[in-house]
Amino acid sequence: METLQIAEKIKERFPEEVLDVKEFRGQVSATLKKDRILEICRYLHDEPELYFDYLIDVCGVDCLGKKEKRFEVVYHLYSIKHRHAIRLKAEVEEKDASIDSVMPVWVGVNWHERECFDMYGIIFKGHPDLRRILLPEDWEGYPLRKDYPVMGPEKEWSGFLTVLDKAKRFREFEWHE
Amino acid sequence: MGLITNTVSPSLLEVEDGTKILCPNIIITSLDKFINWGRRSSLWPMTFGLACCAIEMMATYASHNDLDRMGIIPRGSPRQSDFMFVAGTVTKKMSPIVRRVYDQMPEPRYVISVGSCANSGGIFNTYSTVQGCDSFLPIDVYIPGCPPRPEAFIDGIIKLQEKIKNEHFRWSRWR
Repeated sequence: METLQIAEKIKERFPEEVLDVKEFRGQVSATLKKDRILEICRYLHDEPELYFDYLIDVCGVDCLGKKEKRFEVVYHLYSIKHRHAIRLKAEVEEKDASIDSVMPVWVGVNWHERECFDMYGIIFKGHPDLRRILLPEDWEGYPLRKDYPVMGPEKEWSGFLTVLDKAKRFREFEWHE
Repeated sequence: MGLITNTVSPSLLEVEDGTKILCPNIIITSLDKFINWGRRSSLWPMTFGLACCAIEMMATYASHNDLDRMGIIPRGSPRQSDFMFVAGTVTKKMSPIVRRVYDQMPEPRYVISVGSCANSGGIFNTYSTVQGCDSFLPIDVYIPGCPPRPEAFIDGIIKLQEKIKNEHFRWSRWR
């Protein structure tokens, strides 16, 4: 099916939810409200004509100062059977930075959502194991947010301070010519 | 010590009338020189890589550059290792593990820092990267490059060998 047609189908089925549809170089992005994202994904997955059986990627976007709603969660979908793809963008506001997990539809999204949580602090409701995946568990802050300092906050991560302290204490046992 | 093989005359050998020389296979040297020769000729590194420099390190181990000819055989345990390459970006999350590998190595031990990232943090001037692994490890040799070529690796190892050669009494257990 043509990608624009897919976007039209989503619009037909969920007229309230679709905010915008954009095409760029043959790729179609549909901007959605976040509230019924699980239903939309379930529909895209189950409808035999669409049959999006492969969720390529989930990632977050921080549009600080550029959009009214700060975050976006972007889903890249692909159908291996029909060989068509679409991109969904769900808008998430800063105040209630949470969205439904799509784990019930695609189990493989587990780690993608954890990474998105790790980097942006977006809560995925219904996720069975929402922990940090890349950073240490006691890390403070969400590094891919635009207001996060590149060199990190003033307060160094405690685990690294422990290593520095250990290196200092063990210096006397090193070989000195 | 097994160095004297000619047992006919353990100390001196008469080559002509009245002329005595030292036996063949007797070597006179200092213990420092002798033991350091042995130590630097069979350096065993810890098998340990962090990022793309480790790929270049593997290429150096492999048959084309062949570190085996220098007596360098990677070991699977820090307890059997003489030195370690810090090959790649050291993240803050990884730093406790790198330090633990170093702490588990027996003395005398050495560290070679490989590549821009391990030397100074490199292009990763960010929240998650250690800005130079010398902040928590004593480094003996720095190899520059991003990543360094196998020739640079070999050069770094030769530098380490020179350092070991000039050491005094580090091998002793009474130090």
